[in-house]
Amino acid sequence: MNETEVTDKVDTLMDIKKVTLRFGGVKALSDVSFNIKESEIRAIIGPNGAGKSSMLNVINGFYTPQEGEIWFQGKRRPKLKPHQIAYQRIARTFQNIALFEGMTVLDNMMTGRMIYMKSGLLPQLLWWGKAEREETENRMIVERIIDFLEIQHIRKTPVGMLPYGLQKRVELGRALAAEPKLLLLDEPMAGMNNEEKEDMCRFILDVNEELGTSIALIEHDMGVVMDLADRVVVIDHGEKIADGLPDQVRNDQNVIDAYLGVAH
Amino acid sequence: MQTLLFALEVSLNGFMTGILYSLVALGFVLIFKASGVFNYAQGVMVLFAALTLVGLQQGIVPFEHLINNLFGTSIHGFGWNMPTLLALLLTLLTMLLLAWLVEKLILKHLVNQNPVILFMATIGLAYFLEGFGDLMWGADVKKLDIGVPMGISDTVESTTYDWFGYGFFIDRLDITASIVAALLVIGLTIFSQYSKTGRALRAVADDHQAALSVGISLRQIWVIVWSIAGLVALIAGIFWGSKSGVQFSLSLVALKALPVLMLGGLTSIPGAIVGGLLIGVGEKLFDFLVGPMIGGATENWFAYVVALVFLLFRPQGLFGEKIIERV
Repeated sequence: MNETEVTDKVDTLMDIKKVTLRFGGVKALSDVSFNIKESEIRAIIGPNGAGKSSMLNVINGFYTPQEGEIWFQGKRRPKLKPHQIAYQRIARTFQNIALFEGMTVLDNMMTGRMIYMKSGLLPQLLWWGKAEREETENRMIVERIIDFLEIQHIRKTPVGMLPYGLQKRVELGRALAAEPKLLLLDEPMAGMNNEEKEDMCRFILDVNEELGTSIALIEHDMGVVMDLADRVVVIDHGEKIADGLPDQVRNDQNVIDAYLGVAH
Repeated sequence: MQTLLFALEVSLNGFMTGILYSLVALGFVLIFKASGVFNYAQGVMVLFAALTLVGLQQGIVPFEHLINNLFGTSIHGFGWNMPTLLALLLTLLTMLLLAWLVEKLILKHLVNQNPVILFMATIGLAYFLEGFGDLMWGADVKKLDIGVPMGISDTVESTTYDWFGYGFFIDRLDITASIVAALLVIGLTIFSQYSKTGRALRAVADDHQAALSVGISLRQIWVIVWSIAGLVALIAGIFWGSKSGVQFSLSLVALKALPVLMLGGLTSIPGAIVGGLLIGVGEKLFDFLVGPMIGGATENWFAYVVALVFLLFRPQGLFGEKIIERV
């Protein structure tokens, strides 16, 4: 084993190798490879229907690719269920907000702590010491995230009653509550006004800088992508067409063609 | 005045019956919310729980008829009566085991299938469980007595006589059932609001994908809701069984839960409770006030007519979520 391989392993959080995903006869992803390094913000971009969301769904286990491997923290990941992958501290948000609408902001974010709460059913039923202590400890962590996201004033509000921008923020909060190693954001700024977008950008940058969390995000707003991302991977028609620094990707002829719709 | 007092007594009796309707409806709602399955077998689960309880308590040997016929033996019971508490505990364990088996043998294999297919599977489960219960414990009508107080309450009668000059006839069994049902509902509410698992249950009811993404195992939640539905079925079975004997007709109680669900909404726990009470009181009052004018026996159809009216004018029920389909 040579030295570059060793350093590569330390540096790389997730390595996606030749992933192919099919739905019946349709190829959603073909032979896509890229990696996500520790503490980087990695943007996945591409035209509508390019397979970006499918890629996130593969990473968090909603879809199982027919071919290819996913390496996480230096180990090849076996086929796992989505809830098992959550335990590896990979958290995500959804393109169309998927919050628990009937529950309060606080409860929603507490579900993000589910993977850390181990007390059994019986102690919970009887509210024995351990279950209570666990609840309090996790509650404290959630409260810190609530402060960080500046949503103290809506802690007890049912999520369904909140405006869209705040719901997006709560969803980010739920993912952060899991203290993820890898955070997957599916269009975190879609449908937001400029002010909301700026707030969201600031939160994403802060999370990345202060906690060192690796972030993979899908975004359509090119300005946002260029500002936020350390590296960008471009997918079109299920294939990777470019991968590199934002500036390189922006000037790549393949990418320009894909976005302008040049015939292949 | 006299009519008013009669009506009040009738309402009170209806209220008590309504609580039992609510209990059965609650079992439906719990499972529907968590897994989107309309569990046709809920009524048979009530019967099965009651049968198991009686069977264990009276020391009936499981499958004794079958064994006798196959091997020419003549076993008739163990010859002892099991202590009620132990029988209750074992019945509860049986219901938990049933929940676990349902997940392992049925639900697990039908994940992501059309709800109609899951519904069909529960129809199959209902018929299986009905036959299995008969085979295991015998098909004869059994008397269930686990020491729940029964008979007309003298206290209520004398107190109301002192107040109104007219004594109300209220069965002590109904009073106990009301108290137990109320405690159960309070307990379930506290559990779902303030515990980790309760939070997970509510999360799954709201959004399956999001629940998976935070590390909640759907299959584990299904076992838990089916277990709770089993517990609710057991409690309904105890009171209904004590009232009218344990026999096949017990499973038909579930039919009365259907109008309750139409009224309250399939997805609402408060709806199941309020719906049950409204149907219970409504059918008794209607029979008392209107029944004599139209030849009586209105209790058989009143609930269904109410359900039909609701289906026409408010299909989501009183408390259910309005179904909005994006086009």
